[in-house]
Amino acid sequence: MAVCIAVIAKENYPLYIRSTPTENELKFHYMVHTSLDVVDEKISAMGKALVDQRELYLGLLYPTEDYKVYGYVTNSKVKFVMVVDSSNTALRDNEIRSMFRKLHNSYTDVMCNPFYNPGDRIQSRWALLPVSASSPGGPYFLCPIQSRWALLLCPIQSRAFDNMVTSMMIQVC
Amino acid sequence: MDASEEPLPPVIYTMENKPIVTCAGDQNLFTSVYPTLSQQLPREPMEWRRSYGRAPKMIHLESNFVQFKEELLPKEGNKALLTFPFLHIYWTECCDTEVYKATVKDDLTKWQNVLKAHSSVDWLIVIVENDAKKKNKTNILPRTSIVDKIRNDFCNKQSDRRSLPLFSRCCSSLRMPWCSTTSWTPSSLSMWSTSGPGVSVPPGALDCWVFLSCLEVLQRIEGCCDRAQIDSNIAHTVGLWSYATEKLKSLGYLCGLVSEKGPNSEDLNRTVDLLAGLGAERPETANTAQSPYKKLKEALSSVEAFEKHYLDLSHATIEMYTSIGRIRSAKFVGKDLAEFYMRKKAPQKAEIYLQGALKNYLAEGWALPITHTRKQLAECQKHLGQIENYLQTSSLLASDHHLTEEERKHFCQEILDFASQPSDNPGHKIVLPMQSFAQLRDLHFDPSNAVVHVGGVLCIEITMYSQMPVPVHVEQIVVNVHFSIEKNNYRKTAEWLTKHKTSNGIINFPPETAPFPVSQNSLPALELYEMFERSPSDNSLNTTGIICRNVHMLLRRQESSSSLEMPSGVALEEGAHVLRCSHVTLEPGANQITFRTQAKEPGTYTLRQLCASVGSVWFVLPHIYPIVQYDVYSQEPQLHVEPLADSLLAGIPQKVKFTVTTGHYTIKNGDSLQLSNAEAMLILCQAESRAMVYSNTREQSSDAALRIQSSDKVTSISLPVAPAYHVIEFELEVLSLPSAPALGGESDMLGMAEPHRKHKDKQKTGHCMVTTDHKVSIDCPWSIYSTVIALTFSVPFRTTHALLSSGTRKYVQVCVQNLSELDFQLSDSYLVDTSDSTDLQLVPLNTQSQQPIYSKQSVFFVWELKWTEEPPPSLHCRFSVGFSPASEEQLSISLKPYTYEFKVENFFTLYNVKAEIFPPSGMEYCRTGSLCSLEVLITRLSDLLEVDKDEALTESDEHFSTKLMYEVVDNSSNWAVCGKSCGVISMPVAARATHRVHMEVMPLFAGYLPLPDVRLFKYLPHHSAHSSQLDADSWIENDSLSVDKHGDDQPDSSSLKSRGSVHSACSSEHKGLPMPRLQALPAGQVFNSSSGTQVLVIPSQDDHVLEVSVT
Repeated sequence: MAVCIAVIAKENYPLYIRSTPTENELKFHYMVHTSLDVVDEKISAMGKALVDQRELYLGLLYPTEDYKVYGYVTNSKVKFVMVVDSSNTALRDNEIRSMFRKLHNSYTDVMCNPFYNPGDRIQSRWALLPVSASSPGGPYFLCPIQSRWALLLCPIQSRAFDNMVTSMMIQVC
Repeated sequence: MDASEEPLPPVIYTMENKPIVTCAGDQNLFTSVYPTLSQQLPREPMEWRRSYGRAPKMIHLESNFVQFKEELLPKEGNKALLTFPFLHIYWTECCDTEVYKATVKDDLTKWQNVLKAHSSVDWLIVIVENDAKKKNKTNILPRTSIVDKIRNDFCNKQSDRRSLPLFSRCCSSLRMPWCSTTSWTPSSLSMWSTSGPGVSVPPGALDCWVFLSCLEVLQRIEGCCDRAQIDSNIAHTVGLWSYATEKLKSLGYLCGLVSEKGPNSEDLNRTVDLLAGLGAERPETANTAQSPYKKLKEALSSVEAFEKHYLDLSHATIEMYTSIGRIRSAKFVGKDLAEFYMRKKAPQKAEIYLQGALKNYLAEGWALPITHTRKQLAECQKHLGQIENYLQTSSLLASDHHLTEEERKHFCQEILDFASQPSDNPGHKIVLPMQSFAQLRDLHFDPSNAVVHVGGVLCIEITMYSQMPVPVHVEQIVVNVHFSIEKNNYRKTAEWLTKHKTSNGIINFPPETAPFPVSQNSLPALELYEMFERSPSDNSLNTTGIICRNVHMLLRRQESSSSLEMPSGVALEEGAHVLRCSHVTLEPGANQITFRTQAKEPGTYTLRQLCASVGSVWFVLPHIYPIVQYDVYSQEPQLHVEPLADSLLAGIPQKVKFTVTTGHYTIKNGDSLQLSNAEAMLILCQAESRAMVYSNTREQSSDAALRIQSSDKVTSISLPVAPAYHVIEFELEVLSLPSAPALGGESDMLGMAEPHRKHKDKQKTGHCMVTTDHKVSIDCPWSIYSTVIALTFSVPFRTTHALLSSGTRKYVQVCVQNLSELDFQLSDSYLVDTSDSTDLQLVPLNTQSQQPIYSKQSVFFVWELKWTEEPPPSLHCRFSVGFSPASEEQLSISLKPYTYEFKVENFFTLYNVKAEIFPPSGMEYCRTGSLCSLEVLITRLSDLLEVDKDEALTESDEHFSTKLMYEVVDNSSNWAVCGKSCGVISMPVAARATHRVHMEVMPLFAGYLPLPDVRLFKYLPHHSAHSSQLDADSWIENDSLSVDKHGDDQPDSSSLKSRGSVHSACSSEHKGLPMPRLQALPAGQVFNSSSGTQVLVIPSQDDHVLEVSVT
């Protein structure tokens, strides 16, 4: 059971970040952001060692008093960061690893969505977004031809990702 | 301690503080196992299950076993780690259910209740198996049932035991800091061993303990490593530093040390409790000047000391993080530090940390940290009195969707409050970037092509998306406009602008993506343009280069993070040209704002800046991009006249379109166009002429009647009233009167001695229509000068005539060829003799009075010439035929007929030439290769006529004779003329006078061969005054003729020469000599009665040679 799951772009901005409980969202944002220091460190250390058979799982990034922060990096330098409760001893290395793998698969599905622009935030609530040309973000989604489809398909795709994350946050793997 | 994996010599630590374990139950049993237990337990390695993916470590533990007493248990709330037991063991040897039920269960229940009362949850029940007892009592239940019973009775009730693992929690929090320090042996491990985990601890005690642990570990590390080692392992130790800083911070906050006023009495009480809880310093460090213990005690003792220690630790941590490149972590510690400074009311010190952290978050696009840090920064800036910065941050926060509505309103109100308060410096403006306040979404021009004439009204409607949570009243919205004159650019002419600059007039502005960082691929592409600067005087090239039009877009990216926060020198442009819209209330979301402007000076106007003023606060969009321009033009009034069709046809009514571009001129009532009539062009006035009046943009149109008055010389068209910059369009019908072409100029007259080359030229140009230009001078009301318009009309017909003879009967043939694309109907063809000789009659042989003539086709007309007396030497004829377009149903006017005048001369037949070929005597047919005789009979058909009177005429004894030259030519080379082929004869000028010429010719081919041509020339003596009139074409005939001049009439039968060789042999002989001349007799004067006849030639029987020529 994870308390926070984040997908971070190559350029280190969050593509997706969700935490539970939500009232402490800010804390987790800071935590995940700070953990990028260690992610960077690990990636640069790893880059020298194994280029071909790179281990995507970065292991424990750092512990805090109450949480453990784990990292994972895809080949395209997209980072996954997961925060779990320290008290949750059920989550061992292997469980975390498999959770990351599931997350990676789910993320790949998002990338396969032809209406997803790589680098865009993974939005699971696009259907609720206003889509008139003068609304914020409107022109983004109202590209010609695509507009209608973007509204129809994108939520389905990213919702699958969202559901995946939700399941990881609820279930004890 | 397993330190074998380290390169350092293993350090063996003995446990100074052993964890206390109580023993209850069967004391005798415990005493019996104690010696073994106390000896064996430390020897047996225990697995230390370490989290975070590390391999478990095997450690050795010693314990201090004491007998269980209730007094030992900690009071409620006391969580001291040391001095209290943390594990309680109940020993029993019971194997009998009866005994268990009778005594052990009761005892266990009591023990449990005591533990429960003290919230001690870490306990252990040990059942010792005794084999001897088991054997003695065979009837007892299996021992396992006791275990099961105990498990049922006690363990189930303790289901919440796992959920509150205080012990393990303590361990994990302890382990945390050095989990990253695999290489360092934690000495503090022994610390918790001695003290043991307290069940209840005062608030802050845990923090104290962690703080001390961290510092102790760090001290140990410092103690056993050299500087280089420490430096190289900062990555492992910095976590401890950070943790210690964090703990000290929370202690400081707890004890009221981080506040402006200092600690209150409650805080002081808490501090005293904590200090007391620390106990006495351990003897080994008591005498050192510095120790973690001393540090903590000192830090908690006074506000100043806390500040010093906290700052020391913070700075050390930040420095270490920075040195190993963990910038984010450093910024995060810095933010804590900023918070501390803010508490201490030192915002000037806090600002740099907040800015640093914010910059980092902005650069990486972390929205929530941005919002949070910005909020802190706003408070800091407010305290610092940085009004501009504060207002800017406030505007960013007011537009921040991560804040609650209330918070956004608060920050918005802060701006509005400031804006509304009277400024001490009235002219002072606070300039803020517009981005966070409102965004320019789109812009719409009306007229949509963004082109307006001088004096015209231009509307610009913009959509501003207000980011503020509440409606904001804006005093004015101003667009600064840059004005430039591009006079020499043809793209800026009125014609080009009104016709070619087409767009829908809507410009969309890309929404800003901030605060998301922009990845490389979404950077705008370079917009490079060539730039040419020309000298205004002679238009020569002065400079050339390449300019980047969107340089501000590209350069801004690099400083995006800083410019968003700093008041980045947004300069307010003061221009002469502004578009202004006053007193607008911007509602949250999209707002439409309309600017109206009346165009004044012609040129190009570029929208540069957009400013919105709220009191003394000005929100400025420094660059409007993409570039938005509108053009103002001025235009001179103009008149264009152009045919509606590709070309105008003469003779029939044709439509011509008049276009009056009013430009800056206003057409008043009574203004008219005065057309001075061309002679041969009529302007057809129709009863109802309408004119269309358009605006320059063609958006509006109206219809007006047109009054046309025509006098002999002037046609006056009164124009409808039209405002400036409008277009008046109307059509007029014009008719170019068919003019008679120059006499014979257009004709192909067979009867005339026309030079051949000229004839060929005519044919080449024959398919083009003859054109006539008509110039019309028009006086326009706006100018004192006349406009001259040239209209070109094409004559649709081409006419040729020919004289045909049959003996002495004469016919005139007129061929009318339609060159145009139209079909016409021809009617009423006439041929009249203009000389009006009564003797001559023209008898038409044409049967139909109406005749269609289709496009690109010809119609022939024939008349027979008849006379009774002597025919006139020449004939002047005028051909006329009525025509009208075949498609036209009814024409308003009657059209004039098409006329064609020509002259026919010397048409009367004077000589009849008859040639005959006879086979050799005795032969029935002519044979190839055998000589045949050619007889030419030239007969004079009339007595002396007027046309005979020329130099060749000689008179002797009242008998007139003239000299003629005949020539036999066979251009088809069917015949070889043997002997002389030509000769000069003296021909009596009398009717029925004949001259016979005999020649020998040889057929070269078999078959029906046409006879050779016999040509007749007039032989003029050399002293003719007309010799100079001969042109070069005649020389050939002259040359060939000159051969024969010296010869006699007798043919030289012995020679068989080709003409060409004779010619070349003799041509040089007579150069420069005065030579007689030849004049071809006009075709009408000679009638060849044998033309067209053929002679049968059979092949010779002894033909052995078959010539085959392949071409």
